[in-house]
Amino acid sequence: MKVFLKVWRQKNRNTPGTFKTYTSPELNENMSFLEMLDVVNEDLANNGEEPIAFDHDCREGICGTCSLVIDGKPHGPHRGVATCQTYMRSFKNGDEIVVEPFRAKAFPLIKDLVCDRKSFDRIQQVGGFITVRTGAAPDANSIPVPKENADLAMDAAQCIGCGACVAACKNASAMLFVAAKVSHLGLMPQGQPERYKRVKAMVTQMDEEGFGACTVTGSCEAVCPKEISLDFIARMNRDYAVALLKGDAKAATSGGAG
Amino acid sequence: MATLNSNIPSGPLDQKWEHHKFSTKLINPANKRKYKIIVVGAGLAGASASATLAELGYEVHNFVFHDSPRRAHSVAAQGGINAAKNYQNDGDSVHRLFYDTIKGGDFRAREANVHRLAEVSVNIIDQCAAQGVPFAREYGGLLDNRSFGGAQVSRTFYARGQTGQQLLLGAYSALNKMIGAGGVKSYTHSEMLDLVVVDGHAKGIIVRNLQTGEITRHNGDAVVLATGGYGNVYNLSTYARGANVTASWRAYKRGACFGNPCYTQIHPTCIPVSGDYQSKLTLMSESLRNDGRVWVPKRKEDCGKKPADIAEGDRDYYLERMYSAFGNLAPRDIASRAAKTVCDEGRGIGETGLGVYLDFSAAIARLGEDKVRERYGNLFSMYHEITNESAYQTPMRIYPAVHYTMGGLWVDYNLMSNVPGLFVLGEANFSDHGANRLGASALMQGLSDGYFVLPATISGYLATQNPGKRPATDNGSFKQAEENVQTLTKRMLGNKGKRTPDSFHKELGKLMWEYCGMARNQAGLEKGIKAIGALREEYWKNVSVLGEATDWNQSLERADRIGDFIELGELMCRDALMREESCGGHFREEYQYTPDDPETKQGLVNPGDVKRRDDQFAYVAGWEYAGAADKAPILNKEPLVYEEVKMSTRSYK
Amino acid sequence: MNLCQRIWNSSLGKKYVMALTGAALFAFVVGHLVGNLQVFGPPELINTYAHFLKSKPALLWSARLGLLVMVTLHIASAVTLSAMNKAARPEPYAGKAAYGSTAQSRYMLVSGLVILAFVLYHLAHFTVMLPGINGVGDFSKLTTTLEGHAVPDAYAMMVLGFQVWWVVLFYLVAQGLLFAHLGHGLASMFQSLGFRDHTWWPRIQCFATLASIAIFVGYAAIPLGIFTRVVGVDYAEQKKFELRDATLMPEKAPAAKEAK
Repeated sequence: MKVFLKVWRQKNRNTPGTFKTYTSPELNENMSFLEMLDVVNEDLANNGEEPIAFDHDCREGICGTCSLVIDGKPHGPHRGVATCQTYMRSFKNGDEIVVEPFRAKAFPLIKDLVCDRKSFDRIQQVGGFITVRTGAAPDANSIPVPKENADLAMDAAQCIGCGACVAACKNASAMLFVAAKVSHLGLMPQGQPERYKRVKAMVTQMDEEGFGACTVTGSCEAVCPKEISLDFIARMNRDYAVALLKGDAKAATSGGAG
Repeated sequence: MATLNSNIPSGPLDQKWEHHKFSTKLINPANKRKYKIIVVGAGLAGASASATLAELGYEVHNFVFHDSPRRAHSVAAQGGINAAKNYQNDGDSVHRLFYDTIKGGDFRAREANVHRLAEVSVNIIDQCAAQGVPFAREYGGLLDNRSFGGAQVSRTFYARGQTGQQLLLGAYSALNKMIGAGGVKSYTHSEMLDLVVVDGHAKGIIVRNLQTGEITRHNGDAVVLATGGYGNVYNLSTYARGANVTASWRAYKRGACFGNPCYTQIHPTCIPVSGDYQSKLTLMSESLRNDGRVWVPKRKEDCGKKPADIAEGDRDYYLERMYSAFGNLAPRDIASRAAKTVCDEGRGIGETGLGVYLDFSAAIARLGEDKVRERYGNLFSMYHEITNESAYQTPMRIYPAVHYTMGGLWVDYNLMSNVPGLFVLGEANFSDHGANRLGASALMQGLSDGYFVLPATISGYLATQNPGKRPATDNGSFKQAEENVQTLTKRMLGNKGKRTPDSFHKELGKLMWEYCGMARNQAGLEKGIKAIGALREEYWKNVSVLGEATDWNQSLERADRIGDFIELGELMCRDALMREESCGGHFREEYQYTPDDPETKQGLVNPGDVKRRDDQFAYVAGWEYAGAADKAPILNKEPLVYEEVKMSTRSYK
Repeated sequence: MNLCQRIWNSSLGKKYVMALTGAALFAFVVGHLVGNLQVFGPPELINTYAHFLKSKPALLWSARLGLLVMVTLHIASAVTLSAMNKAARPEPYAGKAAYGSTAQSRYMLVSGLVILAFVLYHLAHFTVMLPGINGVGDFSKLTTTLEGHAVPDAYAMMVLGFQVWWVVLFYLVAQGLLFAHLGHGLASMFQSLGFRDHTWWPRIQCFATLASIAIFVGYAAIPLGIFTRVVGVDYAEQKKFELRDATLMPEKAPAAKEAK
C-alpha cells in the first residue's frame, strides 16, 4: 500500500510552519504508524531532504512520548491506544493522511511534529507528590488501602502524560491530566495530609501555564490512550472547591526559643 | 592497567552493609550543600538517587535526554518488583532472595552486592507505598503478591501490568518534589556527550541541548550515571528506541572499565519481526507459557501452511520433547535457544521464518475460551492490536528478543567505577545480576541503588574532596572535552556520505544477532569482530547526517548513538570470545553439557545446558579502553569470591 | 486574598460561578415556565398571576436584581473563560475529526449568546413592551379588569404577540438553543461542582436530557399553541380590534371566555 502524507513542517519555534505533502514508499499494513514515518524519513534522507522530526520512544504505548494528531485526532483513529500502537492497516491504500503536532499554547512547538510538554512537569513540581523522605517510610502494610480505592487510584495513575487530552480539547485544557494526578494521590490514605494544598497548587500552576478551562465536552476521555475517565475531573473539582473554601493555611507562629 | 578493587567490606555477609554504612564517612549537614552532584538519567535509579541526594542536602543537577524525567524506559517494565517481605508467610527471607538471585545469575554476580540488594528490597516497598504507588491490594487493604519468573515464593509486588510505570512515577514524584523545593535542578532534552575527568577524578560532563544544539559544560564534585542498558546495540529489542549506550560509552572512553559486556538477556516470548521496516519488538508476558504449547512443524515443507492445516502428528512440540520435566516452562535462556535451534533448522514459521507457534487450542479445549480470556485477555488483545490475528483462533507467533543487559560499567561495592567520583547505578552498571537476571529484579536493583545504596556510599568519596573546591568549567579538561564533542559533531555533519545512520544500525543489529546473539561460537565471534570493525570504518566514511548542529536534529542524535553502538558491539564480541565458558545468558556452543558428562548422567542437567568453567572464568571482566577504537581493549579481572554460597551447577531438573 | 478573588482568579473557580449561577437561572427558567403555562387556563388566571407579581414591587425588583446578577456572572465567567480557552490554542488544526464530544457541548458560547439576545428581545417584547418590535401594536395599551381594578392584560399580550410568525420563529429558535444549552449545561453543572462519579453520571445525564426536553416542550407549547390557534383565538380577535381603536374602554372588559 501507499499513502499520501500532509505533514506539518516547521523549522523551529520562531519560523512559521506549513504543510508539505509526501508520497510514502510502498508500505506494509503491519507497520506501525511510526514505522511508516521511519520509512518515509529514510526515503527523505536518501534524497537529501531533512527527515520529519517526530517524538517517540518506547513504541509500546507506555512512555507517553509519541504525540501526533492524525487526521485531526490525537493518537489516530482508534480508542485507547497511543500513536505508536496505531497500525497502517487502519488506513487504506491511497489515503491522504494529515499529520500535525499537538497544538496548545502551553505546548510550544520545537520542530515539525515535536512539541515541548514541560508545562506538565511544572504542574507536578508544585504538588504532584506525597512528601516522604527516603528512609522515613513506615512498613508498607501499616497503611491499609481499601482495594476499591487502590484500584480507582490505579485507574487514574495509569496516565502516561502524553498530553493527548490537551491536544484533543477544543480549549487545550489540561484538566484530565491534572485531575488524574490529583485523584491518584487524593485517593490514597498516604496522600491525605497534603490533599487540599496539592490540588490548589496544581490547579494554580495549570492556569498559569496557559491551558484552557474544561467545558466537559469529553473529547479528552475519547483520545486518552489509557481511557482515563472524566469522573476524575469531577473529583478534582470537588477537592478544589473544598480547598478554596478552606483558604490558605495559617502562617506558622514562631514558638519560643528552645 | 586499571585496578578493579571491589572494596567489599569485611565481616559476615549479612552484616557487611550495616558495618559499611557505619564506617563510611559522613558529610557535615552544613557542608552538604557545598557539594554538587551531577546525575545523568531519571529512570528508577537516576530519579530516586537525585531525589534522595537532594533530600540529604546536596546540590543535585539532573540531566535527561527526554522531554521529561518521566519517560525513561523503566516505565515499560510490566511484571513487578521483588522484595523479601515474606508477607505471604511462604518461607521467603532476605537470605532466600539473595540465594535465588545469586543462583539465577549463574554464580557470576558479586555476593556482597546481591545480599545488600536483598536486604534493601524490603525498604523499597515501604518507600514506594508511602509515596502513594498504587500497588495491587487484597480486600483487607494489605499488599498483594504474586509468584513470578518461576520463583517458589510469592514475593513480587505489582501494580497491574504497569509496575515499572508506577514505580517510576513514584520516583519521579520524589524528584519533582525536590525540583520544586529547589534541591534539584532539572535539565531536560539534555544529552551527556562526554565525561570530564580532572586529575583522574570525574568532575563534570559535556551536554548537548537537543532543542538548541548548544553544547555546555557542567562541573560537579561527583558524577552519577544512571543511563540504562545497551540492548539497542541489536537494533531490534524490547528497549525504547531512544535507549542508548552513549553516556556509558563516553565514560568508558575516559577510562571507566566496562564490565561483562557480553551478558545479555534474551526473552523467549516476543512478537516476531514482521519485516525489514520493524523498529521495535514487543514483549508478551512470560505467563503465557503456563497454558500455551510451543511448537513448529516437523517438516520444513509444512512451514508455509496454515497452522490449522498441519496435522497433530506433523507438529514438533520441541520444548516438551527436549525438556520433558519443564516442558513449555523451561527457563528463559533454554526456551530462547531452543527456538533458535528449530528456526536454524529451517522449521521456523511466519514470513521471515523466524518464529514459533505458541498454541492455546489445547488450553481452550481444556478450560474453555472464557477462562483463557479471563487469564490472558489483555495479552491476547495486545497481540491482536499488533498482528491483527486472534490467538483464540490461530496460534500466536513468538520469537526471542533482547530485553536486558546484565553487563555495564564496572563498579565497586560503593557503586563507584574505577574512575574516582564516577558512580554508576541501575542497569547501566554490571553489578547485581551476574550472567542472568531474574524476573522482577531489575526494578528492585534500580531503586535499591538510587534510594538506599548510593546516598549512603557517596559521602565516603565526597569526604575525600574539599567542599566547594570542585574544578571550574574553564579548566583545561572541560575545554578539551567540549572540543572533543564539537569535533565529533562537525565531523558527522560534515561527512558527505551516502548512508543514513539507521541503515548502519540495522546492519549492526543483524551482525550482533548473528554472531553475538543467543548462541555464540569462536568462529562466529571472530567473524563478527572483523565485520563490525569494517562497519565502523565504513561508518565514518559513509554516514550522512542531515540538518544543522544548532537545531533540533534527530539524525545527529542517532548518528552519535549509533557510532557508539558500533564500537560497543565490537567490545561485546571480544568479551564473548574471551569468555570461553557458558553461563546464564552467555551461551558458547563449545561449552555445553553433553550426554557423556557426569552431571548429565546424574540427571542434574540436560544435554545442551550451559556449562560454566568456574576454575577459569569465575571473574568479572572489566574492559579498559586502549585509547583508540581500533586498538584492542585491555582486559582487567575482578575475581569473584564466594564466602557464603557454594558455586554449584544450576540445575533445572 | 479573599474568597471572591480566589474564586474569580482561578479557572475552576469561574466554573463554579458558572455552574451555580446556571443552577439559579435554571430554577428561574422552571418557575417562569410554570407561571406562563397558565396561559392555557382562562385569561384571569395568568392575569392574576401577573398582577400578583406587579403588586409586590420589593419582591419583584429584588428577584429581577438577583437575576441580573446571576446572568451577569454567568456571562462574565463564560466570556472570560472563553477568551482563556481561545488563547490556549492559538493555532487550529487542519485535520477535522469529530470524536467524543457533542455539538451542543462545543457550541455552548454560541447558544448562550443567542439566548442572551433572545432574552433582551423578550424583555423588550413583554416586559418593557417596546412598541414597534412586536409586529402588533402598543401592548401597554392592553388592559383588563381584575376585582374592579384596571390591570395590564398579560393574556392578551401573549395571544396577540404570538400570532406574528417571525416572533414565533424567533422564540422557537431560542427555545431550541436553550434546549441544547441546558442539555449540556445541566449535566456539566454537576461535573463542575464535583457531584459525579461512575454511578451517578448516567443518572445526571438522564436528568439533564429529560429536564431540557421538558423545558423545551413546555416553552415551545406557548407560542405554538397560540400560533396554531389552539389558545385564545377569540380573545385575540377581540383584543386586536380593541388595540386598533384609538380609545380603549376599560369598562367594556370582555366576559371571561374559555380559550377553546
